[in-house]
Amino acid sequence: MIEFLKQPWAWYVAGPLIGLTVPALLIIGNKSFGISSSLRHVCASCMPANIPFFKYDWKKEVWNLFFVFGIFLGGAIAINLLSNPNPVEVNPELATELAGYGITNFNNLVPQDIINWQSLFTLKGFLMMIVGGFLVGFGTRYAGGCTSGHAIMGLSNLQLPSLIATISFMIGGFIMANLILPFILSL
Amino acid sequence: MQQNTDTEKDLQLRELDAMCVNESHLQHKWYHNLKYLVVGVLFGIVFVKAEVVSWFRIQEMFRLQSFHMYGIIGSAVVVGMISVFLIKKFNIKTIYGEPIKISPKTFNKGQIYGGLIFGFGWAITGACPGPLFAQIGTGATVIAVTLLSAIAGTWVYGYLREKLPH
Repeated sequence: MIEFLKQPWAWYVAGPLIGLTVPALLIIGNKSFGISSSLRHVCASCMPANIPFFKYDWKKEVWNLFFVFGIFLGGAIAINLLSNPNPVEVNPELATELAGYGITNFNNLVPQDIINWQSLFTLKGFLMMIVGGFLVGFGTRYAGGCTSGHAIMGLSNLQLPSLIATISFMIGGFIMANLILPFILSL
Repeated sequence: MQQNTDTEKDLQLRELDAMCVNESHLQHKWYHNLKYLVVGVLFGIVFVKAEVVSWFRIQEMFRLQSFHMYGIIGSAVVVGMISVFLIKKFNIKTIYGEPIKISPKTFNKGQIYGGLIFGFGWAITGACPGPLFAQIGTGATVIAVTLLSAIAGTWVYGYLREKLPH
């Protein structure tokens, strides 16, 4: 059983499990699935700075912070107890492309060759980690949700705005990955 | 009455640009939140085991080199849709007996502009907000910097909100 769990899980196992988070959260406490809002609650609790957008009673949304802390713990459990001993399998075409940028270590979920503490202070590392993170936080809030809130929860509830948002996420991702990221990686 | 309008205002504010907001009239002790922690743990395990949090999987997705992520998001949406449909059809209540409410979303242009910006960030970092937390859990400690930067991005959005087109 444990051996089985240690292998990478197929999409048709993981996808439905992720989908079941939607009814699970609704049934255990009437909560709509969403993750990016946790970033806003952190702002509201730590640095509201009199900005109207952060002046609300964040304690009422504290469940969301418990949820994301759980995701952090889940990541730690999965890697320590259920870790797959083999390197992450990567599409050969992508592997060749990445090797051209000096990315050859596929042992981790993040590419250690470029995402590490040393490279944080290089231009490439700065763009990948700091600017990338900033765009994620700014964009998700501007869009009113992320992959979980819009693509999964919103589409589950047949919301047209969520479909528009999801299509925008994908267009943005395609443009970045294919047209802009190659320049960043070759820095 | 004053208190009522205050609560109402607070809810409206929290609802701005947020999907996951809900006003429950039930009061619970803090430890009731632990059940969300448990769901989060299970969710985090799935994230890592299915490599949803893998930068490489996200690159494959945006280069159309793998079906994996499309399969995951697609099947998650189908299961979510069926679940929400059944909850509405059979008026399923929460474990506390409250009727389940899901607030609808109204369109604004932020979903396009913000969506594109988030898409850029998603393809660079290989992570949406959920995977950021899981990646730190897997020991990629430097991602904590990315997470802090994402919080800063959210804060700057809140600061500029009135000036941005919506």
